[in-house]
Amino acid sequence: MSDYNFAYLDEPTKRMIRRAILKGLAIPGYQVPFASREMPMPYGWGTGGVQVTAATLTPDDTLKVIDQGADDTTNAVSIRRFFQRVAGVATTERTAEASVIQTRHRVPETPLTGDQILVYQVPIPEPLRFLEPSEVETRKMHALEDYGLMHVKLYEDIARHGEIATSYAYPARAAGRYVMDPSPIPKFDNPKLESPAIQLFGAGREQRIYALPPWTRVESLDFEDHPFDPSKAEHPCALCGARESYLDEVIVDDAGGRMFVCSDTDYCAGRRAAGHRGTEAAA
Amino acid sequence: MNAVPGGFADPPVEAAQAFRAAMSAMARPGRIERVGGVAPPAPLSVAAGVLVLTLCDADTPLHLAGRADSEAVRAWIAFHTGAPLVARGAAAFALGDWAALLPLESYAQGVPEYPDRSATLIVETERLASEGARLAGPGIETEARLDLPDPEALRANHGAFPLGLDFFFTCGDRLAAVPRSTRVL
Repeated sequence: MSDYNFAYLDEPTKRMIRRAILKGLAIPGYQVPFASREMPMPYGWGTGGVQVTAATLTPDDTLKVIDQGADDTTNAVSIRRFFQRVAGVATTERTAEASVIQTRHRVPETPLTGDQILVYQVPIPEPLRFLEPSEVETRKMHALEDYGLMHVKLYEDIARHGEIATSYAYPARAAGRYVMDPSPIPKFDNPKLESPAIQLFGAGREQRIYALPPWTRVESLDFEDHPFDPSKAEHPCALCGARESYLDEVIVDDAGGRMFVCSDTDYCAGRRAAGHRGTEAAA
Repeated sequence: MNAVPGGFADPPVEAAQAFRAAMSAMARPGRIERVGGVAPPAPLSVAAGVLVLTLCDADTPLHLAGRADSEAVRAWIAFHTGAPLVARGAAAFALGDWAALLPLESYAQGVPEYPDRSATLIVETERLASEGARLAGPGIETEARLDLPDPEALRANHGAFPLGLDFFFTCGDRLAAVPRSTRVL
C-alpha cells in the first residue's frame, strides 16, 4: 500500500473529481464533464466508477463491489482487491456492512441507509445518445429541457410492441429537470433511485460524472395510459424462494432446463442463512 | 518543509475526510458538518481553510473578498494550494463574509449547456444553526432549516436553476451547504 498514494489517484486528480461530484450534487442528473484518467484496467471495466470511488473513499470506509448484483465475479473481485491494495480499506460482501458500494448494473435489494454511498459504473451517460449522436445537440436538448425525442421513442415502443420495450437503462427524470440514464440497471431497480443514500455515477470513457442527492425525486418516464412498470420475471428464486427480488435466468442443462435465481448474491445468501429455501435449494 | 504552517499533516487522508464532510453537506442542504486538521491565518475559519485546501488548486481561480483578502491569507493559500487569485467574475471559488461577497450577479452563473461552469461561494458567517429559513428540495427528506444571511437572495439564486451559484457556509470548524437546487421556503 505504501507504494501508492492513498486510493491510487494523485491529489490534484482527486480534487478535480471531487469538484465535479459537488457540482453534480448541486444539479441533480446533470452530466458534469471531468478529465477522466487512464486507470490500470480497460475502459468498460468500470474506470468511471473506480475514479469516483477513489475520490470518495476514506481509510475508515468499508467497500463492497458488485457486478450485476454478484460480489464474486471477475470485475467485482478485481476492483475490490484494487482498493484493498491501494487504499487499505476494509471490504465486505454484505450490503448492510458497507459504507461505500460500487456497482455495475444493479441496486442492492437490501434497502440502503443515509450513511451509505452508492457509486454506479456507467458506460453511456447520455440518455439521448442513441437518438441523437451529436454531443452539441444533446447538450442543447438538455439546456432547453427538450425531451420530446425520448417520449417519441417510448411512444414508438408502445405503437410497435404494445408496451414500452426498454427494460434496462430506463430513462428517469431527476428533481423534475434533467433526464438521466440510471446506467444499465434493470428498470426493476428504477424505483430504488429515490433513496436515503448518496448516489454517484461515473462514466470513465465518456468523461462524465453525475449524481443524485438523497431523497431526490426521480420519475421514470412514462405516459398516463401506459404507466411505468418495474417488471421482473414471474418466478420465486429457486434457491431462497424470494418473490420480491430481481432474478437472473440460468440455463442448467442442454435440454432447455432453466431456473431463476436472485441476481443479488448477498441478499440470496442472507435469506438462505435465515432458513428460507427455494425449490432447487440443496437440503 | 512546511514553511507556511497550518496545512493538513497527512493531505491524502485528511483531504479525503474533509471532502466527505463537504459532500455530505452539499448532498444534504442545511446539514451541519464538523471538519478540522488545518490552522489558517485569521480571519479565516478552520472550515473555510479546510474547504480551500480540499477543493482549490492551480486549476481553480479563487476570489478573496473583504477581510479574507489579507497578506497572511494570500500567502497561506499560495503556499498550500497555488490557486490563482482573481477578480470575482473569473472565479471558480470565492471566499469572504456575505456583505463582502455581494453582489451575487458578479460571479459566473454557468451557461445553459454547462451549468456547472459556475462559482462556488464559501461564506464566512458569525453563526451557523439549524434554525431560521426552511429549506426543501433534493437532499432533504421533508424539510431542513438553516440560518441564512439573506433568504431572498438564495430564493432568487434557485429561481435561475439549473444556472446559479452553490454556497458553503462556514463558522469555526463547522460548515453547511445550500446548492442552487435548494428551495428556500
